[in-house]
Amino acid sequence: MTPAKQIGWGGVALGFLAFFIAVPPITVRTPIPIALVGLLAMTAGLLAYRGGEKRLGSGGIVAGVLGISGGYAATQSGESNLEEVVVWGALLASTLRYATPLTLGALGGLFSERSGVINIALEGMMLMGAFFGAWGADVTGSWFLGIVIAIASGAIFAALHALFAITFRADQIVSGTALNLLAVGITGYLYVQIYGDEGTPDDLPQVPNVELPIQSVPFFGDVFGSLNLLVWVALAMVLVTWVVVFRTAWGLRLRSAGENPLAAETAGLSVVRTRYLAVMCSGGLAALGGAFLSIGFVHTFSQNMTAGRGFIALAALIFGRWRPGAALAATLLFGFGSALAQRLPVFSPSGAVLFQALPYVLTLIAVTGLIGRSIPPLALGRPLSKS
Amino acid sequence: MSDVDDELPPDATVAARLATYVRAGGVVTPLITLLVAFLFGGLVVLITGHDPIATYKAIFNGTGLNWFFPWISSEDRTIAALNLQQTLIVTTPLILTGLAVAFAFRCGLFNIGGQGQYIVGGVFAVWVGSSFEGLPSLLHILLAVVAGMLGGAFWAGIAGVLKAVAGTNEVISTIMLNWIAIWTGNYLFNLGGPLQNSNPAQKDVPVSNDVLESAKLPVFWGDPQLQGLHIGLFIAVAALLVFWVLLNRTTLGYEVRAVGFNPDAAQASGISVARNYVVVMAVCGAFAGLAGTLDVLGWQFRIATNDIQTSQLGFFGIAVALLGRNTAVGTFFSALLFGGLITGTSVRNLDPTVFEPALATNLTYMIQGLVVLLVSTDVLVIWLWRLRRKRRSSAVLEAA
Repeated sequence: MTPAKQIGWGGVALGFLAFFIAVPPITVRTPIPIALVGLLAMTAGLLAYRGGEKRLGSGGIVAGVLGISGGYAATQSGESNLEEVVVWGALLASTLRYATPLTLGALGGLFSERSGVINIALEGMMLMGAFFGAWGADVTGSWFLGIVIAIASGAIFAALHALFAITFRADQIVSGTALNLLAVGITGYLYVQIYGDEGTPDDLPQVPNVELPIQSVPFFGDVFGSLNLLVWVALAMVLVTWVVVFRTAWGLRLRSAGENPLAAETAGLSVVRTRYLAVMCSGGLAALGGAFLSIGFVHTFSQNMTAGRGFIALAALIFGRWRPGAALAATLLFGFGSALAQRLPVFSPSGAVLFQALPYVLTLIAVTGLIGRSIPPLALGRPLSKS
Repeated sequence: MSDVDDELPPDATVAARLATYVRAGGVVTPLITLLVAFLFGGLVVLITGHDPIATYKAIFNGTGLNWFFPWISSEDRTIAALNLQQTLIVTTPLILTGLAVAFAFRCGLFNIGGQGQYIVGGVFAVWVGSSFEGLPSLLHILLAVVAGMLGGAFWAGIAGVLKAVAGTNEVISTIMLNWIAIWTGNYLFNLGGPLQNSNPAQKDVPVSNDVLESAKLPVFWGDPQLQGLHIGLFIAVAALLVFWVLLNRTTLGYEVRAVGFNPDAAQASGISVARNYVVVMAVCGAFAGLAGTLDVLGWQFRIATNDIQTSQLGFFGIAVALLGRNTAVGTFFSALLFGGLITGTSVRNLDPTVFEPALATNLTYMIQGLVVLLVSTDVLVIWLWRLRRKRRSSAVLEAA
């Protein structure tokens, strides 16, 4: 890391700190220290900018501005309101919950895109998982089988994406969009056909929460004490994905198919088969994220319930530069946006609806690129030319 | 492998691919695409235990396109006229949201943000249309139309600027802008929102003020009280003309097409790719914003939060543009097709004893998805291309 880079990151961190000291538990009530920290962040950003780290530098400046304005807003609002909104334990637990479908979706996208296939159909795969998870759980009476059926449905749907993207060599963005539209139609049709006006039954089997015996531990008990099983699965999958993609022979093949398919083919590897497998893994993971929504989180299915989360997951993947750990960090950031949006109505009931836009705004800012232009896998979106 | 492949570099843009398909397949491939999509849709209907032929027939009658048949009775014709007016009312915004996608495609951009731009256009139109009491009608309509188009252009322009300045992928940014528009629109007209109606009797209804009489578009076919056909259809058709002229007879259009085929080559020959991205997105947004405007001024007259959540016309623009091969004429016909499909499957027009409208609406989504999916692949085209080649060469041989 160059010094300019370090200073830039310091600026971003200071920007967040400016906001952090204004809210509980520190709750600085006067704007002066907040302004000081914020200005420091902007100075660091400026230094980094002049040192050549333009994007990171401007990121520091933006973080400083946001920190000062957010912190100032916090000092101006009532202390009791602040304490109601900023309960870090509950907020972080909620962040994890909101981040889970995004994490699984982003990991799914990682498999596909690392192998060279753009997966804009994550949204549709998630929606398939959400419906078939609910339907499977309802029909079999078991949440576990519901999840299995959801993953299978996602993988099969993803195979369709693979068929068009790899075998038919279609334009991957257009065919992905088509699958998203198709998923809305298929799940909507089946939902109306099977459940009609009444919706999914109330006694839909649900994925259980994991109750840890740390409930009495302050903070950690609030955050990790009672999380859904799938939240833990998602966190574990981050590690599994990292190991599989970056530490196994299959992962190496997968990445070589995404970086230089011709060389991979020359070395005797079937790029087509590798990509098919990767895209199907992608569908399974995204569908698991969707199933979390329907049988782990809200306990019902409604039409088009993924509401753009597949795209946010894709944005997180790009923001995280196609790496599992960084993608997790990105999904946590977006999850935090959702969790915060859920609690902000305390300040303004009529503004409650507006706060729902927060995660999308955050995503937009993030993909615009705070930290450098993301460099995708070299052969992303290029079908293997037939010889 | 085939001649089509030789023409296309592996990293061909969407615009270049589609242009090649048009040369290769002409009007036949979209028709085959449609046929396959409808067959597949019928298969789904059959598998889930309904009669596909009766279903499609009921949907067709719901579109009112049977109005053109000379043999139907006069009562049927009266009903068909009402239905056809509805179909054309839906066709109007579809033409425009289709153009919003098509124009971007011609520049190598994929605008999935038609929905958001449509909403923003509608919001501006309803705001202007319900304020400024006492303006002369023509001026009021013009003012609302300009406001709606500017609103849409601004919203899409954000994505264009981000693409030009920071290289942000327009697919992600336009989708995020869709959701931001949806929630912002919900906020504006919600209880206590800044644009909620000022009528004390409707204090608990999350809906905007009504558009004033002076800003409503005149109805030229049917009863204005029964949602007759407004003159927005002509505006949409005029927009098709503008699209064609802009693309084929202006410097901007030349640059747009050049960037669409090969941005690097365009840049090298002195065209500002960044500027084109911004301008093109703004024009696309103006088209989609006009769609929202015409809906508001033509027949909705107000926007409820529910309209914002359920509206899908912006998304349909993708299928309209792709099926129409991003051309003006193609866009018109595919807008008419999807307009008919949406109307024919609506609660108002589809006979529920034959097929449930809620199912049929999703059937429409499925057909829409299939159309886009089939358009995305060139296999069909390559196959047709070869067939034509073979036939032509055998014809030449016979002649010799």
